[in-house]
Amino acid sequence: MRIVIAEDSVLLRDGLSRMLTDGGFQVVEAVPDAGQLLRAVAEHQPDLAVIDVRMPPTHTDEGIKAALVIRRQFPDVALLVLSQYVEESYATDLLSEAISSVGYLLKDRVAHVRDFLDAVRRVAAGGTALDPEVVAQLLVRRRDDPMDRLTPREQQVLKLMAEGRSNAGIVETLNVSPSAVEKYVTNIFIKLDLPPTTTDHRRVLAVLKYLGS
Amino acid sequence: MAGREPLYRDVMTWRATKNALAGLLTGLAGGLLLLGLLVIWGAALVSLARGPGGWEHAALYAVVAVLILVLVPWVVQGLSALQRSRLRATLGAEIPAPVRPLRRTGHQLAYHLLALFAGLGGALLVPLFPVAPGLATWVSQTDERLARSLLGPGRRETLAQRVETLARSRADLVAAADAERRRIERDLHDGAQQRLVSLAMNLGMARERFESEPEPVRQAIAAAHDEAVLALTELREFIRGLHPAVLSDRGLASALSGLAARAPLPVRLRVDVPRAASPGVEAVAYFIVSEALANVVKHAQATQAEVAATRAGDVLRITVTDDGYGGAVPGEGTGLNGLAQRAAAVDGTLSIDSPPGGPTVITAELPCES
Repeated sequence: MRIVIAEDSVLLRDGLSRMLTDGGFQVVEAVPDAGQLLRAVAEHQPDLAVIDVRMPPTHTDEGIKAALVIRRQFPDVALLVLSQYVEESYATDLLSEAISSVGYLLKDRVAHVRDFLDAVRRVAAGGTALDPEVVAQLLVRRRDDPMDRLTPREQQVLKLMAEGRSNAGIVETLNVSPSAVEKYVTNIFIKLDLPPTTTDHRRVLAVLKYLGS
Repeated sequence: MAGREPLYRDVMTWRATKNALAGLLTGLAGGLLLLGLLVIWGAALVSLARGPGGWEHAALYAVVAVLILVLVPWVVQGLSALQRSRLRATLGAEIPAPVRPLRRTGHQLAYHLLALFAGLGGALLVPLFPVAPGLATWVSQTDERLARSLLGPGRRETLAQRVETLARSRADLVAAADAERRRIERDLHDGAQQRLVSLAMNLGMARERFESEPEPVRQAIAAAHDEAVLALTELREFIRGLHPAVLSDRGLASALSGLAARAPLPVRLRVDVPRAASPGVEAVAYFIVSEALANVVKHAQATQAEVAATRAGDVLRITVTDDGYGGAVPGEGTGLNGLAQRAAAVDGTLSIDSPPGGPTVITAELPCES
């Protein structure tokens, strides 16, 4: 799998390259700013881009803007955005373009190498990887809507779905039986008025509803 | 050392003598001028009252009376400036002119008339000045004291100026402290934090790579990795406590939303701030909410809280409500005093309504211009 990295700190750029290479990925180019990122993506057409949000010249949201451009121009490139802090408008901007092949993680998560590499694989495979803090923050703003109909446990399950976990992943995280998870997921679909189509599609719709986008 | 004091005293006496002699001249000249004008004015008025012979005389008296009335304040200002520069030249005493000098014309007139009589009295004592250093010093000191209270700005004006100066210097201090926090935040973010992320990442990679090493080696690497991750988390919290980057980048609503999300209890958030306040005021608002929520978690035994930030005109109102057991009293180590201080630093107010049994409502009102 071919990856492009955009990160302005030399130290972290090199570290990320090394970690992803060790993890079995091919880092085709690592660049220090958004302009070069767009150029590199156009040139290499990678499977995934790992993008730092804060990059020169203003050190605010260059990375998000670049990510949105990539999503529109190269929809096949999966995006994993790393941020210094959780900003829900960044996350909703990203997710408004598409709910698949996208990730938004706090930068510190790169220290948890195994989890981080899992997230990279998940996003590259078309899934999502949202930082638990992002999800918590989205939940703060969405307390008044249909989500109120969900029990706390069902909300917890939906939250994990939004983070990009499969049923098996949810079973493992919550330490409950697979049949219990199935039941929660079905209840969520019913309570959110989602039509009975294929499970995967309803899953995406549930997460979309949850994110309010 | 012993030789310096008498010398210093001599210098001071000489300056006082100079001042008294100069004051004698200016006092006599100025006072006589003013007294003359006043006498003419009085005479004109008296003549008018007695009924002058013919309208030409009446007109002349009236013109003189009005002219002098206009002239006197002008002459007074000129004399006051002269006296102030005399005191500066001889004693080095800086007496500021009032901002609205005309309002203090009466006081200044009083000084010049007093100076005339002091001058007349002093003239009799002139031969004594060189031999009576105490006398010269006393005259000088009295002169300076009188000049300060009569020629300078009034008490109200002085206090108003002082308040303005204090308010400005405090605002500067708050802004400087704020800027300093932001600078440290950036430095830490660009320096220590990046390095620590890199270190934790390297240890994480080592942890994955050396899984087949003997147990003690693996344990040592794992412990180092955990420690690095912990340090990273603590540093992030610390940096956030200094100055949250999201506040400068995305504004108050985003920063508060982050606080609400991180709180360990459900927090309902309502932000209605159509026009952003200054960065300093927003930082105060942010830290008030941050500390208030920390308080709720620590003391209130609440199950949920609500944060509202609204702007009405030039006031940013922050309320933090919780459903805990109430009875919060400022000054009992609850951090409520700190909140009040933060609000006061930007001329704001903070009130706490916390009846026993709850709910507790903390309201901060922060003034923000435009």
